[in-house]
Amino acid sequence: LATHSLFLTMFLVFRNAVLETEVTKVGCRMPAARKTGTTIVGVVFKDGLVLGADTRATEGMIVADKNCSKIHYISPNIYCCGAGTAADTEMTTQIISSNLELHSLSTGRLPRVATANRMLKQMLFRYQGHIGAALVLGGMDCNGPHLYSIYPHGSTDKLPYVTMGSGSLAAMAVFEDRYKQDMEEEDAKRLVRDAIAAGIFNDLGSGSNIDLCVITKGRVDYLRPHDMANKKGVRTGSYKYKRGTTGVLTKTVTKLDLEVVEETIQTMDTS
Amino acid sequence: MNTRGLRSQLKDSVPVTGMGQHVGAYGVQDTLRSGFSSVKNELLPSHALELSEKNFQLNQDKMNFSTLRNIQGLHAPLKLQMEYRAARQIQRLPFLQSSHLALDTLKGNDESISFEDILNDPAQSEMVGEPHIMVEYKLGLM
Repeated sequence: LATHSLFLTMFLVFRNAVLETEVTKVGCRMPAARKTGTTIVGVVFKDGLVLGADTRATEGMIVADKNCSKIHYISPNIYCCGAGTAADTEMTTQIISSNLELHSLSTGRLPRVATANRMLKQMLFRYQGHIGAALVLGGMDCNGPHLYSIYPHGSTDKLPYVTMGSGSLAAMAVFEDRYKQDMEEEDAKRLVRDAIAAGIFNDLGSGSNIDLCVITKGRVDYLRPHDMANKKGVRTGSYKYKRGTTGVLTKTVTKLDLEVVEETIQTMDTS
Repeated sequence: MNTRGLRSQLKDSVPVTGMGQHVGAYGVQDTLRSGFSSVKNELLPSHALELSEKNFQLNQDKMNFSTLRNIQGLHAPLKLQMEYRAARQIQRLPFLQSSHLALDTLKGNDESISFEDILNDPAQSEMVGEPHIMVEYKLGLM
């Protein structure tokens, strides 16, 4: 499906690179990419795995999206959380999802997590870290539950519990304290919820709600939101002034005489 | 697709083709076809990945062919390249959109989606090539 327009595609990338250097000389700034300073985690339990993420997207020091979805669909049995530049994680996961779908149609089998992992790491290494996507990939296939963490330069780790993003240290502290092998589903969900909450309350780049995704054999529970940790407050009083608060001294009414000059009817083209 | 062969294969895949302009008649650069030239653009890449991406497919093919030659013998890459050449000639006139279906199927690109398929859709392109000049260039009359 590749066309021969690869060179033209690259032209825009090089143009942007040149612009970046020229624009700073004139004194302007390039617009900041929207990042998801984030807390994303994954943990393997007895019959599957749980992925968790917060829902705040930041643009510099401002919250750009209070409820963004960071757990992306890759295939019916594989989901991926993304940290880093929001557009990069979105597009990368969508491309890999499409390629995995084509691949699984070609093989006739359910896709494996190791396939998704290899596709992702080869693509990220090809672009030498310029694609800022740090991912937590997890899924259930014929060989059981698998959890990978993938870094922007293309290195991957296969582990029973992983955290990524700016809140990863806070979340990892919770994991290191309470992780046990072969947990039950409810314990794993509670552990992930607490790890994300630690990231939300201790890291400025993470906030708002907690999303969970539980993947077991034949069943995926996408719980969005699982826990609204930061509900916006409700105003307790009304701050509007009642009618009559300001006394009226004088009142003059001027009638504006408008005469109808022309009346046209334009019918909508609903064909 | 990204098979990394034996380390000895590496020396075959490091071409640093320059970013030179098209050279027209009399050896001067062809402003009509490639725009105004700037010496800096020709000498230095404007992005760290420019050279790597420009030659990516070329290097992949070289590495794969050389691995194939070492495993199966000279006939394998020879036959494949012959088929590529034949498939590459199946195109429409230069200014029309060719589907490259045979070439894509041979290369395995019919089973993968990448940035070339999503970005820069030729149907949305704002520039249209002048048909007569493109055909004359292709036939070598220009």
